[in-house]
Amino acid sequence: MSTKTKGNVSEFVLRTPAVGPAIALVAAVVVFSLTTNTFLDSDNLSLIVQQSLVVGTLALGQTLVILTGGIDLANAATAVLGTLLMAKLVVGGVPGTVALVTGIAAAVAIGALIGGIVTGASLPPFIVTLGMLTIVTAVSRIYAEGRSYPVTDDTLAFLGTRQYLFGHVEVTVGMGLALLMFVGAWYALTKTAWGKHVYAVGNDPEAARLSGINVRRTVLSVYVVAGLVYGIAAWQALGRVPNADPNAFQMGNLDSITAVVLGGTSLFGGRGSVIGTLVGALIVAVLRSGLTQAGIDSLYQDVATGVLVIVAVAVDRFSRRKQR
Amino acid sequence: MSEQVPVLQARGLVKRYGKVTAIDGADFDLLPGEILAVVGDNGAGKSSLIKALSGAVVPDAGEILVDGEAVRFSGPLDARRHGIETVYQDLALAPAQDIATNVFLGRERRRSGPLGSVFRLLDAGGMRAEAARILGELDIKIKSMTQAVETLSGGQRQGIAVARAAAFGSRVVIMDEPTAALGVAESAKVLDLIQRIRDRGLPVVLISHNMPHVFEIADRVHVHRLGRRVGVVSPRERTMNEVVGLITGALALSDNGELVEVYR
Repeated sequence: MSTKTKGNVSEFVLRTPAVGPAIALVAAVVVFSLTTNTFLDSDNLSLIVQQSLVVGTLALGQTLVILTGGIDLANAATAVLGTLLMAKLVVGGVPGTVALVTGIAAAVAIGALIGGIVTGASLPPFIVTLGMLTIVTAVSRIYAEGRSYPVTDDTLAFLGTRQYLFGHVEVTVGMGLALLMFVGAWYALTKTAWGKHVYAVGNDPEAARLSGINVRRTVLSVYVVAGLVYGIAAWQALGRVPNADPNAFQMGNLDSITAVVLGGTSLFGGRGSVIGTLVGALIVAVLRSGLTQAGIDSLYQDVATGVLVIVAVAVDRFSRRKQR
Repeated sequence: MSEQVPVLQARGLVKRYGKVTAIDGADFDLLPGEILAVVGDNGAGKSSLIKALSGAVVPDAGEILVDGEAVRFSGPLDARRHGIETVYQDLALAPAQDIATNVFLGRERRRSGPLGSVFRLLDAGGMRAEAARILGELDIKIKSMTQAVETLSGGQRQGIAVARAAAFGSRVVIMDEPTAALGVAESAKVLDLIQRIRDRGLPVVLISHNMPHVFEIADRVHVHRLGRRVGVVSPRERTMNEVVGLITGALALSDNGELVEVYR
């Protein structure tokens, strides 16, 4: 009886990979609430969420790519180019809405290009996106002409619009949009045939092909959707800090992978969830905030994050090996 | 000989890969309601023949007929549309996904109404119930349709793949070495399952190396050698040794159906 319950619990955890990270997140929140006076403050909690919006959105696109067994090193660079396009176009007199759409369209186009090369030439996504990272970063710097572009346009800064719940809890429009995107991605991945195909392709591409799934079209669609998500990440970035800087988010690609891995998604593809990624992004932000308030230097925070990533992957591996 | 029209038939199939001829003018006939075993040595071209029949390989010459009518398969989906389902040796299952998802992989059902057409919502409950019904009908015992396939035994996984083929195959089920990776007890269950599929009226093509398995369930045995069919024999009229003789070329089938020794 007790072994059966135990089996069911471990099976549940295995089938719902976000449970482990969620427990870790709650544990971190409890520890920091008890050890610092300021952590549980509503301003601080709001700040934590705001700080994780951009990396969280990048990580959402990254999750889709990783689920197919790929990886995207160019996601943050794509978003940075998006912010520059949006901001510089407005400086040049283009209406904010047009600039916004252009920036997002550019991110979609980069996603389509990456997906086209990955599926058309059957090249490893790691290499394709590494090359694209270099190219897009260079293009951003050329386009920026050595400076950054402050944003004054209301449309571009819209996601940073603040509202106060219950009179004092600060929320932004960007938070609502991020939540909506995560719920939308969760729905598409778990409730539609497209999502089933994304998982199947990441699980075993040959089995997916023999089952009648168009593997190339599925993978291509994932890179295009991911590009759209990165375009929106660019908008989120301008809402958070109204300044487009070609040198921003240089570690954004790796930070997004960190969030994905902490959220329990397998780098080998076919296993994981976007809800896990949301939790993973929050874990990083909570850890940094809590350690800051405990007076720990940011370099040591990096060490802690790195340790956490390795532990997360090790735990994932160990639980799976035991299962077999 | 019976006058039945073969469900699946091939005439003079040829497939070359560079200088290698994998299929060398092969014929093939599958009659309604039978289990036809395809046997042959490694490299005899069984797999190439089966791939041509299941649409995975496009032959260079020759024709394939379904219910007597010539067809052209340019991919596995074409064969599937003609009601021909194949259980591949590596099963083509997504291990991390659950049973119901795997049974319906690549042909998921959406909910009716706007939920399905606009929101693309899958009929998860309906597919689970249908998967449970399909497995139950074939007497494959699995407690939950939401179990991941990787938690199942080799025989159970084979069961899922076979059930999927049996459920969607309306004309033919082709099975490539279904017992090769299984133990004795699990093999017996799969053989039993193949017979149940035949008993439901669906003819089965069984590719196998295992002569006792072939003799246990096949109605006829197609012997393949050097890229072509060298004969079709009844397992009730011939012994395993005679079939092995045909496979190796030590024996040949004469025009009047007699076995003759080949001296070289």
